[in-house]
Amino acid sequence: MIQPASDAVSSTLRQSVLPRLLRLAPWVLAFCLPFVVDANASGNFAYCLVWAFAAVGLAAMWGQGGILSFGQTAFFGLSGYTYGIVTLNLGDGWLSSWSGLIIGLVVSAGGAALLGYMIFYGKIKGVFIGIVTLSVTLVLETFMAQTAGPQWAIGEARLNGYNGMTGMPPLTLPWFGGPVTLENTSFYYLVLVLLVLVYAFMRRLLDSPFGLALVAIRENPQRAEMLGIDIRRHQLLIFVLGCTLGGLSGALYTIWGSYITPSAMGLTSAAMPVIWVATAGRKSIGAAIIGTAVLVWLSQWLAIYGSQYALILMGAVLLFVVLAAPEGLLPFVSDRARWVFTRRPIKSRSFKTQERSES
Amino acid sequence: MSTTLLETRGLTKRFGGAQVINGIDFKVSEGEIRCVIGPNGAGKSTFFKLITGEHRPTQGSIAFLGRDLAHVLPHERIRMGMSIKFQIPGVFAELTVRQHLQLGLHRAKDDSAATLDRLLDQFMLQKEEHMPAGKLSHGKKQWLEIAMAVSLKPVLLFLDEPVAGMSAEETHATGELIMRLREGGLTIMAVEHDMTFVKQVASRVTVLHGGRLFADGPLEEILARDDVAEIYLGKKK
Repeated sequence: MIQPASDAVSSTLRQSVLPRLLRLAPWVLAFCLPFVVDANASGNFAYCLVWAFAAVGLAAMWGQGGILSFGQTAFFGLSGYTYGIVTLNLGDGWLSSWSGLIIGLVVSAGGAALLGYMIFYGKIKGVFIGIVTLSVTLVLETFMAQTAGPQWAIGEARLNGYNGMTGMPPLTLPWFGGPVTLENTSFYYLVLVLLVLVYAFMRRLLDSPFGLALVAIRENPQRAEMLGIDIRRHQLLIFVLGCTLGGLSGALYTIWGSYITPSAMGLTSAAMPVIWVATAGRKSIGAAIIGTAVLVWLSQWLAIYGSQYALILMGAVLLFVVLAAPEGLLPFVSDRARWVFTRRPIKSRSFKTQERSES
Repeated sequence: MSTTLLETRGLTKRFGGAQVINGIDFKVSEGEIRCVIGPNGAGKSTFFKLITGEHRPTQGSIAFLGRDLAHVLPHERIRMGMSIKFQIPGVFAELTVRQHLQLGLHRAKDDSAATLDRLLDQFMLQKEEHMPAGKLSHGKKQWLEIAMAVSLKPVLLFLDEPVAGMSAEETHATGELIMRLREGGLTIMAVEHDMTFVKQVASRVTVLHGGRLFADGPLEEILARDDVAEIYLGKKK
């Protein structure tokens, strides 16, 4: 039967144009945000986005590669402290701040390569990776917390124990007529542009044969090896990349607040990226970004009434997700929205049915 | 004389006190379809796993394309030109049929759309191209497994029970597929229980029994042997 032209157009709109517009909408909203809120609020929204890099890194490692790491905040702290040490020694100025950021990332990548090598080439698997990475995070926290004495200084930079490091300079850009400091709205745009770049790169990477190989390793490592895939190398690469993104969050956080403390690597902090990513949907880096930004914003908002409210909410949300939407909230909602528009079967439900039929 | 692709010498495997494989000397030459048969517990699976590198031999050696495999990791053996289709379909449930083949072809450095379409066509998987592999029927999963193994462009293809759980029609279609692969220049070694399939495809048959090589020769010769019928079927001919 020939489909009437108007029906065909509306069907294309529903099935192809609409999902694309929906995917683009959060980015457009994010770019327009500073036009409707003041500079101070833009700065606060930048704080929410800063954490998204760590979430993208974890979603790539865990959702795509099956590596559940509690180590994002270890690299967050490592990079943050490195930024402090470098900039407090080199002084103000754009060269100092950008060097701090880049050296922070290099140190995180180096640390991740060392830890990843020991994990993957030491044949540590599954839940034990979570235990090892959590231990490393807590050891780093404990170590940094006891660096209060004056002997704990690297050049000009005092580590300051549990009080943490303060007084780091912000990022600046060299400009005609003097350097421009990136703060509030301009810092928000810097973070947003970095996030778009990281998102585009990660989407490309995870859709490439490298990304497919990670899914293969997650689902059936033995089978993946028999496709000639070097499992340990793939796992190490995505681990280093994911942890370095955790490091990027840490450096940007330190720049944003001009401070870093050992509690950034504490037990609560270490669990947060896992909660955000699990809640939003670990198999989609887009979901991880939106979910993290919203949950961090919500936590900030609730913190006005006392920090424990935010933690109670996080616990409740996580409980709901684990019980009702194990694939994450955003896939849960988008599947049902797609069903409303296109009547295509709901994916998350069909996966469950399939698991039952296979078992 | 045709080239020897795979050769084992005195291959032995012990698990604790149990000697599962006992001094097997074995050769596969280029262009063969070799079927390895034997009753349950004959050591077929262990023999297979020793060759793929999943187990390490207690004694003896394995050579592939003239190179000793003692220190060659499983994924490196695949890169040398071995390829394996496992007994239990281990397809990646969330990847589509097309993505499965992309993975293999990427490793073989030929991921052109034309090659991929040819493979889909060859293995009768065109209609399921964009379907997640977890949703395929058992028979199609087995074909996808073989297609994946072929996508690596191997020199030697190992098939572990390629027709397990298939209907008679699917078994026959798989047999024809295997024959066409051989005509395309591929050497194949299959471990299989289904004697209809073995009779359809095998050019040479190896019989394992109690971890030892019991018999080895052309299909007709092996099938005609009374002692093989006795150990394999548990009765006198």
